Amino acid sequence: MSEHKWPAEWQEWAEASRATFPNAQSSLMPFLHRVRTQRGWLPPEALDAAADLLGMTRQHVDSVVSFYTLFRSEATGRRTVHVCLGLSCMMAGADTLMENLEQDLGIAEGQTTRDGAVTLLEAECLAACDLAPACQVNLVYRGPVAPEAYRELLEMPVPEPDAWAPPTTPEAREATHRG
Amino acid sequence: MGSALPNRHYLLRQRDVADVHQLAVYREHGGYTALQQALQANQPDQLVELAKASGLRGRGGAGFPTGMKWSFLPKDGRARVLVINADEGEPGTFKDRELIEGNPHQLIEGMIITCFAIGAPESYVYIRGEFLHGYERLTAAIREAEEAGILGEHVMGYDFSHRMFVYRGAGAYICGEETALLESLEGKRGNPRSKPPFPAVAGLYGRPTVVNNVETIMNLPPLVLEGADWYRQWGTEKSPGLKVMSVSGHVNRPGNYEVPLDWTLAELIEAAGGVRTGHAVKAVIPGGSSMPCMPASQLDTPIDYESLVQAGSMLGSGGCIVMDDSTCIVRAVARVVRFYRNESCGKCTPCREGTYWLTDIMDRLERGDGEMRDLDTLLDVSDNINGKAFCALGDAAVGFLVSALKHFREEFVEHITGQRCPLGARQYDTVNH
Ligand SMILES: Cc1cc2nc3c(=O)[nH]c(=O)nc-3n(C[C@H](O)[C@H](O)[C@H](O)COP(=O)(O)O)c2cc1C
Ligand code: SF4
Ligand code: FES
Repeated sequence: MSEHKWPAEWQEWAEASRATFPNAQSSLMPFLHRVRTQRGWLPPEALDAAADLLGMTRQHVDSVVSFYTLFRSEATGRRTVHVCLGLSCMMAGADTLMENLEQDLGIAEGQTTRDGAVTLLEAECLAACDLAPACQVNLVYRGPVAPEAYRELLEMPVPEPDAWAPPTTPEAREATHRG
Repeated sequence: MGSALPNRHYLLRQRDVADVHQLAVYREHGGYTALQQALQANQPDQLVELAKASGLRGRGGAGFPTGMKWSFLPKDGRARVLVINADEGEPGTFKDRELIEGNPHQLIEGMIITCFAIGAPESYVYIRGEFLHGYERLTAAIREAEEAGILGEHVMGYDFSHRMFVYRGAGAYICGEETALLESLEGKRGNPRSKPPFPAVAGLYGRPTVVNNVETIMNLPPLVLEGADWYRQWGTEKSPGLKVMSVSGHVNRPGNYEVPLDWTLAELIEAAGGVRTGHAVKAVIPGGSSMPCMPASQLDTPIDYESLVQAGSMLGSGGCIVMDDSTCIVRAVARVVRFYRNESCGKCTPCREGTYWLTDIMDRLERGDGEMRDLDTLLDVSDNINGKAFCALGDAAVGFLVSALKHFREEFVEHITGQRCPLGARQYDTVNH
């Protein structure tokens, strides 16, 4: 029944995840990671697909997704900038770095630019305090990033989602355009 | 004075050997000979004894003796599982990331030796979701090992087979707690489990499970090659060996330092280039933000587990955060309690509600809107979390706060009476918040 419903690669990934881990329950997070990398976030159809392809309830999928910060079910830009505001980074000026980014992008932490290019997020200690202030752009480390050198984060080349999912519903678009 | 530094690195091998993350290079430099020796000797129990004799203790935070942990596995014939904790989220700690990225084969070798010792046909690495580079390095190394016959059926041709899996977390500090980690590894929300049963009896999918930290297990290959006495040349009777300390904050050369456990905090800070030029140390958190801070007057304390406990703190994960005299302690505490509020899993009331209240009060104090009675409330709320929460995150949330109130109370009071930060930290750092 699920054969034609979902993109072929999602079906492959679901099967691969189930084959990789001896216990099928453990296949959910690996599957979600692959879709997240491809789409930039987890659009609603990805959550339906996970439930369907892995034989779980959508409720269970939602409860897992909502627990982990890297699993975002809210529209997210092509480039996600995580600025670490942990103690060691704070002592190195991370708050000023965050403010400079907010001003330049015209959005607040937690928001996405109007064109969907950048989502700006606060991170807790990224286990890179030797690089304080440390950041990640699409999970690629960068640091130390001096507060005035914030543009590095917007310009450095990073792998981007190869099939980025723009927000689909008017509500989701509104959420994305909050900035 | 602590013991002399060895003339090479035993864990951070990448500092001495370029490209040691590649199998060929790792093998050229003696990699996998310890595993071969262990398999050849074919005496798994002797390996457990070796771990015990060395005095090696867990590097994930609690410092539990590793060999003893392995011997708690029930002898009931069930297959065991080893799970490696690579979730490294303790603020101030960044050693496991560097170890995995730079020296993944030593982790794999240590894991196979451990699994041979405890009788585990399968092992898992639970790696922090943000460690994309580390994940890629580790999975590539596992592929190399599989292709070389080091993993899979008949490891290196011996009568032992082993499969290794890597599982990515997805952003949740609590998943570093071992039972929350197991929940997450089973594809669920990372809420801690009640103990007992302990993982040794019923862990991953109900199987007898050992959870060990990355650094802990990376000690095995050199231990097998060199022996317990060699390991005991460093450190103290109860805290022997070398430890990778992450030093960050106001030092000239932040980074990881592999040092003997009988060094003092002052020696460690000196190794990291000393405190920022023109400043003096004000406070140090020796073991990650979950541990109490120590004032500059205690810098002569050795970093072994016992000495730090005696001095009112703990070695924890070895994340040493150095704060110089420009640091506003109130602001630092506010940042740390907010971390625990953000990361509380919400399962139990003392932690969920308590960290919320602490954050609220600390923010008020930092803004200069605090009142004297807030200081009593902070201690009251801390009392209601400490020892009363479901897992150790609760205690962790109040360690820095309570110690800061003890050592730097006057600074809290100045924020209240002066209605502002006496150091001007807030004005400098948080213009718009
Ligand atoms: C809130 C919390 C977070 C933890 N995070 C980690 C972690 O990131 N890495 C780790 O190895 N241990 C962490 N621990 C400790 C583990 O529960 C466990 O004791 C450790 O992984 C055991 O390994 P070891 O005996 O080799 O140290 C954490 C504990 C708590 C309570
Ligand atoms: S102490 Fe905090 S993190 Fe631990 S179970 Fe309770 S709410 Fe969750
Ligand atoms: S505090 Fe920012 S990486 Fe640790």
